[in-house]
Amino acid sequence: MPNLMELKYQVSNEDFTRAGEASSDVKKKLKQLGVSPDVIRRVAIALYEGEINMVIHAYGGEITVTISEEQITMTLADRGPGIPDIDKAMQAGFSTAPDNVRNLGFGAGMGLPNMKKNSDTIDISTEIGVGTTVVMTINL
Amino acid sequence: MTVGEIKNLLDCEVITGEDLLDVEVRTACGSDMMSDVLAFAKTSCALLTGLCNPQVIRTADMMDIVCIIFVRGKKPDEAMIEMAKENNLPILSTGHRMFSACGLLYESGLRGGKMDA
Ligand SMILES: Nc1ncnc2c1ncn2[C@@H]1O[C@H](COP(=O)(O)OP(=O)(O)OP(=O)(O)O)[C@@H](O)[C@H]1O
Ligand SMILES: [Mg+2]
Repeated sequence: MPNLMELKYQVSNEDFTRAGEASSDVKKKLKQLGVSPDVIRRVAIALYEGEINMVIHAYGGEITVTISEEQITMTLADRGPGIPDIDKAMQAGFSTAPDNVRNLGFGAGMGLPNMKKNSDTIDISTEIGVGTTVVMTINL
Repeated sequence: MTVGEIKNLLDCEVITGEDLLDVEVRTACGSDMMSDVLAFAKTSCALLTGLCNPQVIRTADMMDIVCIIFVRGKKPDEAMIEMAKENNLPILSTGHRMFSACGLLYESGLRGGKMDA
């Protein structure tokens, strides 16, 4: 099945104020395509949580979003420390975020559970010291 | 309740969105943690917060929040106001603290929305 559209974004970890620009752009593009508001909302939430994680827990990376007739696939590949225990990281409330991140309004340990809740599939592959890749799909 | 009614109830200054005071607000959410807002906010929701940084506007954009109310007299900077304008998002600022601001709105009938299972 050919993809109707592919979007790519480089995410930098240097400027926290810019975190979320990619997600915001994806949201706009989906609106232009006439995707249903419910799907847009789920994509926006899942992607933004993932983008923030790339910035606060890793050193940025790349986001690729592909849209086909059937689904939206979001791939977030970062260069970062990796996740030692994925099951633990998926638990609501588990966070290793430092105080400075919490002062910015994040680090409640809600992101990964929220990404799971809003997507139809989520797959995390991670290697310590190399990076983490999160792939989420949402059916259209 | 409308954005304009919230403005009156909380004695707010309208920072941006003077033309959006008729927008309908069905629920509200009060938090300084954007993580919580992303996990729990409902549709047609107003956000009360004491956190004042660009991610508040971004979170509101992602969640289709209809209005932001900064408590304790917090005011956004120019960049944040620009972002809000681009997203047609009204921003209000009230001198009330979080608890009082939420209480005043609750007293006037605004609710937090149903809890998820
Ligand atoms: N891309 C990543 N690279 C390395 N570690 C990660 C990554 N994403 C998540 N983690 C780890 O998993 C934990 C849980 O992530 P989750 O997104 O659920 O919560 P959080 O980011 O800490 O807080 P919140 O999302 O509520 O702001 C993080 O604290 C971190 O230790
Ligand atoms: Mg997170």
